[in-house]
Amino acid sequence: MQKIKLENINELLQSMAQIGKVYAPIEKAGQVNYYEWNKDAKLRLDVLNTVKSAKDVFFPQTEDLASFKTEGKEISIQAEKPLDEDFAVFGVRACDVKSFDILDKVFIEENTDEFYKARREHGVVISHACNEPEETCFCTTFGIDASAPKGDIETYTVGDTLYWLPVTDKGKEYSAKLGNILEEADESQVNKQKETIKAIMDKLPLKDVTTQAFGAGKTMEYFDRPEWKELSEACIGCGTCTYVCPTCQCYDIRDYDTGKSIERFRCWDSCMYSDFTMMAHGNPRKTQTERFRQRFMHKLVYFPDNNNGEFSCVGCGRCVAKCPISMNIVKVMKALGGK
Amino acid sequence: MQEVIKKRVKELFDNNTIVRAIGWENGEFFYDHTPAVFDSAADMDVFVYDNFCASNLSKYLINHCAPEGKTLVLLKPCDTYSFNQLLTEHRINKDNIYIIGIGCDGMVDIDKIRALGIKGITKITQNGDELVIDTMYGEKKCKKADVLLEKCLSCKGKKHMIYDELISENEDEMPQDASKRFDLVNELENMTSEERFAFWQNELSKCIRCNACRNICPACSCRKCVFDNSASGVASKANADSFEEKMFHIIRAFHVAGRCTDCGECTRVCPQGIPLHLLNRKFIKDINTLYGEYQAGETADQRGPLTDYTQQDVEPTFISDKEVK
Repeated sequence: MQKIKLENINELLQSMAQIGKVYAPIEKAGQVNYYEWNKDAKLRLDVLNTVKSAKDVFFPQTEDLASFKTEGKEISIQAEKPLDEDFAVFGVRACDVKSFDILDKVFIEENTDEFYKARREHGVVISHACNEPEETCFCTTFGIDASAPKGDIETYTVGDTLYWLPVTDKGKEYSAKLGNILEEADESQVNKQKETIKAIMDKLPLKDVTTQAFGAGKTMEYFDRPEWKELSEACIGCGTCTYVCPTCQCYDIRDYDTGKSIERFRCWDSCMYSDFTMMAHGNPRKTQTERFRQRFMHKLVYFPDNNNGEFSCVGCGRCVAKCPISMNIVKVMKALGGK
Repeated sequence: MQEVIKKRVKELFDNNTIVRAIGWENGEFFYDHTPAVFDSAADMDVFVYDNFCASNLSKYLINHCAPEGKTLVLLKPCDTYSFNQLLTEHRINKDNIYIIGIGCDGMVDIDKIRALGIKGITKITQNGDELVIDTMYGEKKCKKADVLLEKCLSCKGKKHMIYDELISENEDEMPQDASKRFDLVNELENMTSEERFAFWQNELSKCIRCNACRNICPACSCRKCVFDNSASGVASKANADSFEEKMFHIIRAFHVAGRCTDCGECTRVCPQGIPLHLLNRKFIKDINTLYGEYQAGETADQRGPLTDYTQQDVEPTFISDKEVK
C-alpha cells in the first residue's frame, strides 16, 4: 500500500496525466460529472455520486460509428476505429465499479462490441471508498462493499491522506509507471477506516431493501401485477432515471445528414421514451405504464433471466435522488416485493 | 395543514362531489413525495403536504379530467397560473375539475441542503425560520430561506388565481423579494455577447437530453413533440454537437414564450442543475417591455401578447427604441 497527502493530489494527477488521459469527478457549472482532468479542473473526490455515472467513460452518451460520403457515383465509407490509447478513470465508487461488470455481460460476453471492449482494455479503473454513504445508497442490497471498492486500484481517503492499493496486475503495472510520487504506507489506518465505513453501512436507512422476491423466471409472476398502474401513474416519461443509471445499457443508432455526408452515431436510448424500439407498425409499448414496467422488469427479472441471476442495479441511488417525481426502483421493489 | 386538507378531501369523496383526487403521496424518506391519484377516501391515508410538495400538479389534469366524474386537484398559488394557462389553451376542462387552493410557505430544495455538504439526511424539522436537519453524521441546521427552491425565490405571491375553495392562511400576503425576479436576466443582458455565450455554453453542455424539463413543463403539452418525431429531421436523443445542445432549449423557450407562467418546474427537475428558467424569464421580461406587463395564467380569458394582434403592438423595427437587449 502507498499514500500521498491530499494537498499534493494534483501532483499525483499530473503524473497520471503523463501516462494517459485521466477521467475524474470534476465540477463544472455547479455539477460533478466525469470529465478529462487537467490542472485547471476542480476535482471533487468528496462527492459521492456524479450526476452521470462513470459508465460514460466506457459507453459514452454519443459516439460516432461511421461516416458516408458520395462523390459522383462513388460512395466512400469511413468507419471509426476503436480507441487505441491507455487512460485511467479515477475516483470511481464501488457501485459504479460493479456496474462495469454488468455492462461487460452485455457488450463483451455475448456479442463483442469492439468500441466498448477497446475502452475496457485500455482503461485502468481507480476506485475510491465511500467514507460517508448517503441515505439514498443501497449497494449492500447487491452485495457491494463500499469499504472495498475493487477496480484495478483501490484508493481511500483517511484524514488528510489518500491511500493507494493496486489490486490487479493492470493496476500494479499502472502504479509502477508513477515513479516516486507515492510513498510506502502500512495498512493500519485504512483497515480502521474500513471498519468505520462498515459500521455506517449497517445503519443505512435502505439497508434492508432486498431482491429476494425477484430474479430469473419471475416474468409471469410480476408482468400483470396491478401495482404497475399506480406506480407509473405520475411518471412523466422523461429519461432521467435511465441516463443517470450506471447499468442502463440501451442505445439507438441513427444517421445524421450533415448536408455533405451522413454521420452514423450511437447514443443512449431510454425505454421511458415514446419512440423507444419504434417499429414500422408503431411502438410495442403504447402506454407509459408499459414503458415503466419494462425498465424495472428488465433490471429485476429479464436481466437475471439472461445472466445467471445477476440483477442490473447496483444501488447507487442516483434515480432515488434525481427522479423529477421521486419514483424509483426502491419504491418499486418495496411495492411489488412486499417489503 | 396536511390534516385539514386530508379531512376535507375525504369529505368530498364521501359526499360524492369527486371521484378522484390528485395530490402527493408519502415517499420512502421524508422528502421524496410522489404525485399521486387517489381513488377513494381510504386512499388518502398516505396523503402528504409539507415543505417537499414542489411538483406542480396542473399538467396531470390533461390526462385526468376526461374520465367520468370530477377530479379534485390541490394547487399551490403558483400552480394556479399553469392551470389557467391550460384552460386558456383548451387542454383541460374546468367542468370536470374541482380545485382546492392550498397555502404555501415556500418549498425546500433537498439538493441545496446537500450542496451545503450535508450528507445522509434522515429528518428535517422546521423551527420558525430554521430547519433542524438530522443526519447519519449528526445534527445540522440551516435557514429555510437559504435552501428554498429556485422558483420560490421569486414567488408570485400567496394568492390563488383560480379555485373552488381555499385552505390557505396567507392568501393576501405579498412576497417580499419579487422585485429580484429579473436580477439574473439583467446580469446576463449586461454581459458581452461572448460572455453570455460562454455562460450558456457552460451550462447547456451539461444537458443529457433526458427531456425532464420538457415533460414536466405545463406549457409543453403538444401531443407529439417535434423532437420526438423521427420524421422531423431534428429528433435527437443526444446532443450530437454544441449547436444541438443549445437548439433544443432555445426552440423550447421560443415555443413557450408568452405562455410560460414562470412556474420554475424546468429548473427544479433538471438533473444537471441548469438554470433553464432564465431563458423563459428573458422572454417574459422582453414581452413586458414590448407589449406591456403580462403574466401568463393570471386569468383564463386573457389573450396572449404573442397570439393577439392589437394596433398598439410594437413594430419589430421599433424594438431597439424599447431598449430590449
